[in-house]
Amino acid sequence: MSENPALRASATFDRATIAEIQRAAETGIYRIRGWGAKRPLPHFDDLLFLGASMSRYPLEGYRERCDTDVKLGGRHGAVPVHLEIPITIAGMSFGALSANAKEALGRGATIAGTSTTTGDGGMTPEEREHSERLVYQYLPSRYGMNPDDLRRADAIEIVLGQGAKPGGGGLLLGQKISERVAAMRTLPQGIDQRSPSRHPDWTGPDDLTIKIAELREVTDGRIPIFVKIGASRPYYDTSLAVKAGADVVVLDGMQGGTAATQDVFIENVGIPTLAAIPQAVEALQELGVHREVQLVVSGGIRTGADVAKALALGADAVSIGTAALIALGDNSPALADEYAKLGSAPGYYDDFQAGLDPAGITTQDPELTARLDPVEGGRRVANYLRVLAMEAQTIARACGKSHVLNLEPEDLVALTLESAAMARVPLAGTSWIPGA
Amino acid sequence: MGTVTEIVIDLAATGVRTLNAALHEAADGESFQVLHPQGAHNVAVGITREVSVEVDGHVGYFAAGMHQRGDVTINGNAGPGVAENMMSGRVHVTGDVSQSAGATAVGGLLVVDGSTGARCGIALRGADIVVGGDVGHVTGFMAQAGRIVICGDAGDALGDSIYEARIYVRGSVASLGADCIEKPMRPEHLTELAELLAAAGRTESPDEFRRYGSARKLYHFDHDNEY
Ligand SMILES: Cc1cc2nc3c(=O)[nH]c(=O)nc-3n(C[C@H](O)[C@H](O)[C@H](O)COP(=O)(O)O)c2cc1C
Repeated sequence: MSENPALRASATFDRATIAEIQRAAETGIYRIRGWGAKRPLPHFDDLLFLGASMSRYPLEGYRERCDTDVKLGGRHGAVPVHLEIPITIAGMSFGALSANAKEALGRGATIAGTSTTTGDGGMTPEEREHSERLVYQYLPSRYGMNPDDLRRADAIEIVLGQGAKPGGGGLLLGQKISERVAAMRTLPQGIDQRSPSRHPDWTGPDDLTIKIAELREVTDGRIPIFVKIGASRPYYDTSLAVKAGADVVVLDGMQGGTAATQDVFIENVGIPTLAAIPQAVEALQELGVHREVQLVVSGGIRTGADVAKALALGADAVSIGTAALIALGDNSPALADEYAKLGSAPGYYDDFQAGLDPAGITTQDPELTARLDPVEGGRRVANYLRVLAMEAQTIARACGKSHVLNLEPEDLVALTLESAAMARVPLAGTSWIPGA
Repeated sequence: MGTVTEIVIDLAATGVRTLNAALHEAADGESFQVLHPQGAHNVAVGITREVSVEVDGHVGYFAAGMHQRGDVTINGNAGPGVAENMMSGRVHVTGDVSQSAGATAVGGLLVVDGSTGARCGIALRGADIVVGGDVGHVTGFMAQAGRIVICGDAGDALGDSIYEARIYVRGSVASLGADCIEKPMRPEHLTELAELLAAAGRTESPDEFRRYGSARKLYHFDHDNEY
């Protein structure tokens, strides 16, 4: 920022915008980065809980029971994934993340009694071994897809899209296509890999019905089938996923993180998590399957308050990506000098695509990955997950709920017109839900 | 293995769940005959045992999907995604097949005596596909490894965005996809093609074929790339 008050920055051409034009002119290539949308968006911060009052009474903090467990995916007779807390670790690929990071996430999730998820690129033995509950992603790329791993999983997640890039496939740049990653993906080492955005053997909801049936046949119906969608038309996508036979719908809003995507995509495609949840819940309610087909929501979950708000809006569980990486040590102030060498700083680092992560998380470089101790990382992730769960319980008790899933839209108000309209809860101090 | 008894399953009477459950629990060496598939989907998927399966009639989507061991013969036509993600073993269709035949298949051999729809061998990851007739558009799309042999003609955009898979075509090619080029037939290619044709029970001669593969120009982001 300039010290000179006479210099006025343009709101339209702000400093980041000017820098991007300069960068584009220099290189001729669009910007690819990690993280999620960075622009301000209506979000959970724009909602508040009312808490108990004369008309409803609270539960005692620490004493009275407030349960947090949830079962995912029992609708069609599969063994549901039983979570002790309604907060799961989202799918992040081995390739995008180091093997140590994947193992640490598995350890952390296991300690906290929840699930973790594979990603584009297949299942590593480390993560299977250290994850008591592991969801296996079935992606358009099918990199590393193996029916033995399908059968080894506790659930299958068919990925249609991600909130950071609905309609886009994954990217993994050459720096990260190490020998092991290349072999797992059957690709030449060092290439800039573009994952497809469409599944190779089916398109559309009618085909999806048959694909889900195939996955059930192959696994003899033992494990639940999730369908993950990037939030763009969640009302229709949720309806169609349910009709196709999904046991669980995973809904990822536009704030959702990514390992590598075009910046223009991250910031301009999809709708915010807040806007997406009520649409998906409406679809489930209309079909009479709300809470029977579980809804897992992700995209910008940071705190127990975010967890509680997502649940109150109708989600059955949430999923975290970026926050889990931060818990592991991403963007740590202790790495300030190293970030500076990469032209970044703690709190800003988003070059997950570059494979140079000094925290050893989004890299395949053996020296860097060795910095991340999977046991210590797992402990940190477990701690963080526990805090999220306890925070959500704190709010639920204050609202008089003996289970976090008893939170409801009625417990919420909105601070802004936008969030009131999107979340379909009244503007604070009024009974007005714009658009209702 | 002793005497081979053939287990007969009539899909019109039982449905695919019964069939697949039986196949998943079969003993190595068992043979199955499947009657009246009537276009059913997911016939004989996820086989992990060394069994021999013969299906008499047409099948729908994903027949012999994720096949891992043994062989499946379909005496008829097959819908989309036949032998998708096959790991090894052999799948043989005597008729024609729809799109995405052998999609993402990792190993084994898929033989189609007739023709295929679009995207045959899409994202192929190491398996071999031999097609007696023609293939539709975008065959070999993003194929990563493995070999596709086409005894007839290929549709538009053959081998679009192909990686390291090799495509052999005997007839005409309507057009090549992004980054796919014709490559010289060296002796090792004639040899592997002869082996593939023999394995598929074909009588065409390897020297009637041309070879196509990746120009490898899309392997790295580059501002000169048109795609
Ligand atoms: C490093 C990284 C890698 C990811 N890889 C995948 C992936 O392989 N498959 C997928 O469906 N989503 C992937 N995602 C998205 C997450 O599954 C999840 O949708 C998202 O991170 C949730 O939003 P949050 O980061 O705000 O918590 C990835 C996200 C990150 C940050």
